[in-house]
Amino acid sequence: MTTVTLQNLHKEFGDVVAVNGIDLEINHGEFLVIVGPSGCGKSTTLRLLAGLESTTDGRIEMGGRDVTTVEPKDRNVAMVFQNYALYPHMTGRRNITFGMKSSGDFTDEEIDRRVTEAADTLDIADLLDRKPDAMSGGERQRVALGRAIVRDPDAFLMDEPLSNLDAKLRIQMRAELARLHSTLETTTVYVTHDQTEAMTLGERVVVMNDGQIMQVDEPQVLYDFPENRFVAEFIGDPAMNMIPVDVKDGRAIHETFDIPLPSGNGQPKSNQNGAGDAQITDGQRAILGIRPEDLHLSDPQTNDELPTIDAEVNVREPLGDSLLLHCSIGNTSCNIQAEPRMPITAGETVSVTYDPARLHLFDAETGEAFYHSELRQSTDEQAPSKLTT
Amino acid sequence: MVELLQYAKRRADALRGNSAAETTYDAKPGTHLQLWLLVFAVVFPIAVAVIVSTKQTGVVTSLGDLLPGSYAVENYREALVDYQFGRFMWNSLAMSLVIVVGKLVVSVFAAMAIVYYRVPYKDLVFLFILFTLLLPVPVRFIPLFQLMNDLGWSNTILAITVPYIASATTVFILRQHFLSIPTSIVETAKLDGVGPLRFMLFVLLPMSKGVLVGVSIIMFVYAWNQYLWPLIIIDSEANQVAQVGLQLLQGDVQGGQLSWSLVMAGSTLTLLPPLLLMIVFRKPLLETFSIQQK
Repeated sequence: MTTVTLQNLHKEFGDVVAVNGIDLEINHGEFLVIVGPSGCGKSTTLRLLAGLESTTDGRIEMGGRDVTTVEPKDRNVAMVFQNYALYPHMTGRRNITFGMKSSGDFTDEEIDRRVTEAADTLDIADLLDRKPDAMSGGERQRVALGRAIVRDPDAFLMDEPLSNLDAKLRIQMRAELARLHSTLETTTVYVTHDQTEAMTLGERVVVMNDGQIMQVDEPQVLYDFPENRFVAEFIGDPAMNMIPVDVKDGRAIHETFDIPLPSGNGQPKSNQNGAGDAQITDGQRAILGIRPEDLHLSDPQTNDELPTIDAEVNVREPLGDSLLLHCSIGNTSCNIQAEPRMPITAGETVSVTYDPARLHLFDAETGEAFYHSELRQSTDEQAPSKLTT
Repeated sequence: MVELLQYAKRRADALRGNSAAETTYDAKPGTHLQLWLLVFAVVFPIAVAVIVSTKQTGVVTSLGDLLPGSYAVENYREALVDYQFGRFMWNSLAMSLVIVVGKLVVSVFAAMAIVYYRVPYKDLVFLFILFTLLLPVPVRFIPLFQLMNDLGWSNTILAITVPYIASATTVFILRQHFLSIPTSIVETAKLDGVGPLRFMLFVLLPMSKGVLVGVSIIMFVYAWNQYLWPLIIIDSEANQVAQVGLQLLQGDVQGGQLSWSLVMAGSTLTLLPPLLLMIVFRKPLLETFSIQQK
């Protein structure tokens, strides 16, 4: 069992605080992704886990053992780097076996057996006699993965392993990593700045900013119920629209619109308070968050009772599968993901409706979310839906 | 000169708004002539030396004297056998090899310590190593001479090699190269539990092959061309090196019989080992000194 526990982890480089008090428990066999903007401390956290950096404060446990001051080689973790870190003068096979031979823990037969196994798993048998120079980026990363898996480590630590690959290969390798993890079921910590990678690969995703954890959740929960503005804006592309509003009588009031805030399940708010809006107080300044795909151009035929919002289109960006409109609502800029091929031109004013189940309110000061129009279900109920995604 | 002209031309074109692609530069006959002139200026003295080494007396007074003579075999035999120039060359070779190998060993360890280890005041130590570059070698001759005598090393190969084994230049070049090796490679080795010696032998040195060869060539040529220090510290003919030995080929100078042809034969011989090395290893040599362009 390799449960990894981080307690109050701190790392400072001189005056710079890279990691500022992280508490995290990584379950055995879990694929955990740490995502965040550059400089948020995600790589440092990974390097602390590997033992490549020493902690300033806090504690790291692996499988119940305190490894805070243990040498990297004695932690039994394998790391995969963005630049593959293959030894350029060694063949694929030697790259894979060099570390094992150095540690002296394996017999030659054992090494041969494991290399053959790893080569089968990763389909790299024909790369074993080539040097990294003669391999493509994807092939190199596969050999680097091979080097990591032959040692049968307690945990894989991956530092943006796909960032150097081109877009197509990245998608392919992503699927391969997911497959590899389901085969090996080794605890994996994966650092990336790419939210798509985070969402697709992670069983749970940690969003970090400024050396702190913003939220840890399953990808869909992270997307549907961001705990704060940072997560709301970081996860999702194009980013969630943030519109300053006043909250009054269960309505969000903006200079150009006034919409009701439904209680749970997207139903219009009744007098009984739903759990989602328990903390709404009248007259509160807040930020209304609506994702671009939750805003629709209103259709006069379907006569729903939802209020509409007027938005002036500034720029239109046809994305193929959708049409992204950069608009202004009053003085606030806002993106709308509309149906493709809509005959809309810049300068036009469009009437927009929204999905009442997908409204979020954030505190104007702290950025903490205090309202989601849909009730968050318990984790047990979320799990089956995760499998189908 | 040619580059300067072309550069000026490119600048002018750029100012006029023409892109480099629009302007073509033909290699005109004039360009080649200029290049040949430059090559000629460099090669001329060496060519004269080679020509003179084939003549009987080797006194050049007119252009006609610059035709090859027929005494080549005779002159080279005399220098190598009668004047024992082969012996001097052998001494030079031994001295140069010891210096090169010694420098490499010391510098690799030093650079490794500077780059990969946490040593207190590491930067200061490195600065001090660089500082030694500021001190011209001849400044050290007098105390060094004293030291060699005290150690009883004068007139031995130790005296002409050991003082040259530490090299700030080599440490510096190796340090820069080690720093250019991705840290992830070093960290992978760390995570795999690869020991420092194993790391050096199987990762660092193979990855530094080009630089090591390049530095070795430079160091070899530098060592091979040592003149002043061997002249001071070696006083037996049997242990003397080629650069100093050249002087012994002059023959009966007092009698006005300076045999230029022998001196030039010796010079040509002395020129050969570095030249051969340069030709054989020109590729790693160029790579070493174009690190910044990578």
